Amino acid sequence: MKRTLILGVLGIAALAVAPMVVYPILLMKILCFALFASAFNLLVGYTGLLSFGHAAFFGTAGYMFGATTKLWGFSPELGLLVSVAVSTVLGCLIGSLAIRRQGIYFSMITLALSQLLYFAIQQIPMLGRDDGFQGIPRGMLFGVIDLSNDITLYVVIAVCFVLGIAAVIRVVGSPFGQVLEAIRENEPRAISLGYAVNRYKLLAFTLSAALTGLAGGLKALVISYESLTDLHWGTSGDVILMTLLGGMGTILGPVLGSAFVITLQNWLADKVGEWVSVIIGAVFLCCVLLFRRGFVGEGLAIWRRFAKGRSQPRVSARPAAHSVTQSTFVEQPTVHV
Amino acid sequence: MALTEPILAVRDLNAWYGESHVLHGIEFEVHRSECVSLLGRNGAGRTTTLRSILGLTDRRTGRVCVFGEDTARWPTHRIARLGVGFCPEERGIFSALTCEENLMLPPVLKNSQMAMSVEEIYEIFPNLYERRRSPGMKLSGGEQQMLALGRILRTGASLLLLDEISEGLAPVIVQTLARAIKRLKSKGYTILLVEQNFRFAAPLSDRMLVIEHGQVVETINRSELGEKMPRLQELLGV
Amino acid sequence: METIFGVPLNAFAGQLVLGLVNGCFYAILSLGLAVIFGLLNVVNFAHGAMYMLGAYLAYVLLTMFGVPYWASLAIVPIAVGILGVVLERAFLQWLYKLDHIYGLLATFGLATIIEGLMRAQFGVSGQRFPVPEALTGATNLGFMMVPTYRIWVVAASLLACFVVWLLIERTRLGATLRAGTQNPKLVAAFGVNVPLLVMCTFGAGVGLAAFAGVLAAPLVQINPLIGQSLTITVFAVVVIGGMGSIVGSVVTGLALGVVEGVTKIFYPEASATVVFLVMVLVLLLRPAGLFGKGN
Repeated sequence: MKRTLILGVLGIAALAVAPMVVYPILLMKILCFALFASAFNLLVGYTGLLSFGHAAFFGTAGYMFGATTKLWGFSPELGLLVSVAVSTVLGCLIGSLAIRRQGIYFSMITLALSQLLYFAIQQIPMLGRDDGFQGIPRGMLFGVIDLSNDITLYVVIAVCFVLGIAAVIRVVGSPFGQVLEAIRENEPRAISLGYAVNRYKLLAFTLSAALTGLAGGLKALVISYESLTDLHWGTSGDVILMTLLGGMGTILGPVLGSAFVITLQNWLADKVGEWVSVIIGAVFLCCVLLFRRGFVGEGLAIWRRFAKGRSQPRVSARPAAHSVTQSTFVEQPTVHV
Repeated sequence: MALTEPILAVRDLNAWYGESHVLHGIEFEVHRSECVSLLGRNGAGRTTTLRSILGLTDRRTGRVCVFGEDTARWPTHRIARLGVGFCPEERGIFSALTCEENLMLPPVLKNSQMAMSVEEIYEIFPNLYERRRSPGMKLSGGEQQMLALGRILRTGASLLLLDEISEGLAPVIVQTLARAIKRLKSKGYTILLVEQNFRFAAPLSDRMLVIEHGQVVETINRSELGEKMPRLQELLGV
Repeated sequence: METIFGVPLNAFAGQLVLGLVNGCFYAILSLGLAVIFGLLNVVNFAHGAMYMLGAYLAYVLLTMFGVPYWASLAIVPIAVGILGVVLERAFLQWLYKLDHIYGLLATFGLATIIEGLMRAQFGVSGQRFPVPEALTGATNLGFMMVPTYRIWVVAASLLACFVVWLLIERTRLGATLRAGTQNPKLVAAFGVNVPLLVMCTFGAGVGLAAFAGVLAAPLVQINPLIGQSLTITVFAVVVIGGMGSIVGSVVTGLALGVVEGVTKIFYPEASATVVFLVMVLVLLLRPAGLFGKGN
């Protein structure tokens, strides 16, 4: 508890100081993706479900925010409300379909369904199709706060980010969160203990989708522009990388991971052209092969070894990363006629 | 290798499944045509011993010499090719294959005079001939066990590692298996048995090793069986 | 003019053939994916990228070295198969002990790298590959005219699927593969070199995808992105049909291609999404997939 408090204070201090060092728009983009990755981590790191279609919630929320604020004149907080509501409903629908299968099939279903959504939104002329949706207004928050000022907007984004992370921390630390981790570690065991595992999974999925929707809406607010890229599975892949690189199953991991990836992409963008995806892909591959615990996971492991000398590392209350190793009912088909 | 060298020599064998340290320095030898049984309570490490000889555990240290070769670093299939046949505890009959396909699956080891032909195997186990076209999963427990034993005989393996082959079988089938093992022993096969049922193992074995907590705690030669019986019963918790 | 459901018979039959041709590609790719998954427990996200490489290699061989289509049909799958073996040894073999998702993620990384490299080299504009001399023109099937090349694609695909089926179901090697899918450790204990088997299976699986790529070369605009959407569509196909059965994969692939073709006639905007809609339906009605699980 004390450690969380200290880290929390440090974090807020860092947020307060950051805009003086980093370009505010980039910083806000990082915060949005950090929230996205944290929401995603709730599902993959703590529940052990790899969704390959979270872009569906991220992008759709962004489009909904844009549509409501630009086309129907909603104020930003109402737009965000709509974004979250829509992604919650989507999360519930997609989740209930995907949870019918386990393991790798779950991931493939989420991917396919997000592709379905991509095509669906691509068809809607009102949302700009392949050209994207431009000119999303900053607007007046609650009708009084003018968000066209970058610093004002930054404060709003930072507050939402802190609230979102706090929500994740609360969920993870709660009994509900413990059950999710139990499901990740050994699903058959959890079932045999009497937990309605599918209901927990669906709830976790929906929660994750809702927070992702918040992140998507916020990002549309910041960038003033929404495109089909945010619905493409490449974005789903990006958030997986951020979470993996930072450290699955940790709170700080996704934040660090998204900061790293966004900064890297930003830095590479005008330098290497087409090679960005090659580099990102190579980072991804190295991460999967050599660095599965991510920054935070590896950092914790090194710190433990250092602090304890050569004795056994003590079991920490904060779950170490590299969580998705115990597979749940992995279906093992045999190839037969 | 010289005729007097053991077919199997295990020295200071330690083995792990993940973090779990299961074997703590197993040592024993088996010579040609010997039948040695590994007895002990559940969880003592008998099956693990068999599996670690073939390199099927997560990690192992120590010396395991098979047919004179130090196989500590070898991959499983290479060890098997020296002439080792394995009947796992769960029998491992492939449901995706028919009985005959199961029988034909393991490749015949090169230069093996011991390799039995399919006809010879059907002679020892006539039931298998009748059921040869049945899918693997439709065989009864006894038939599956005979199949598991039959298929390694076809390869020409001469060191047989048999894990609880009498488990869960009707007495008449257990007798058939006992007869088969006696026959194999007389033909020069070297056999390492893991057994719960020492009434099955004792008449067949030249030596019995009791394993407890991953170590060999007692060695009983056939001749000593009478006088050491109380000790044996104590160790096995009978 | 005869019509069927209000559509001219010619047009209907034409779309059906196109759908069947697409279905052949779905069948070949989902077959390769299923075989790889069965033995390696890896869902190969890079499968579509291998298909793309196959098409590109055929194109490069033709334009830079004058290698004709017919030779490419043999050379390209072997070349891509060798690449597959290299990738498996270099990257995938370390992941088998871990959760399956790491295999998916690693192949995702590989797919991104491969497509990125091809994009950097060739750009995104499409290249044209000419239909081989012997197969140009159209054939009269009696009730309709069909481009001869498409008949060839259907025939070659079905032949390839049949050969794979034969290998897996009727040969010793196939029995070993099937056994290895169920219990690789035991198969190793019999003296079978399982790592070698795994390596070759991956190579064969991606070689099969590359074969589809060569078949596709005269039909599509060859660009680095042709593999992407195919990968995801094939994922939906294997969710629908299950990965446990060869016949299941092939039948599902063909059927979905036809469904897609028919959709294009009546409701063209939905044709890209209909496969996913079918997947949703199957998940609601028959969650285990049309052909169920293997065991």
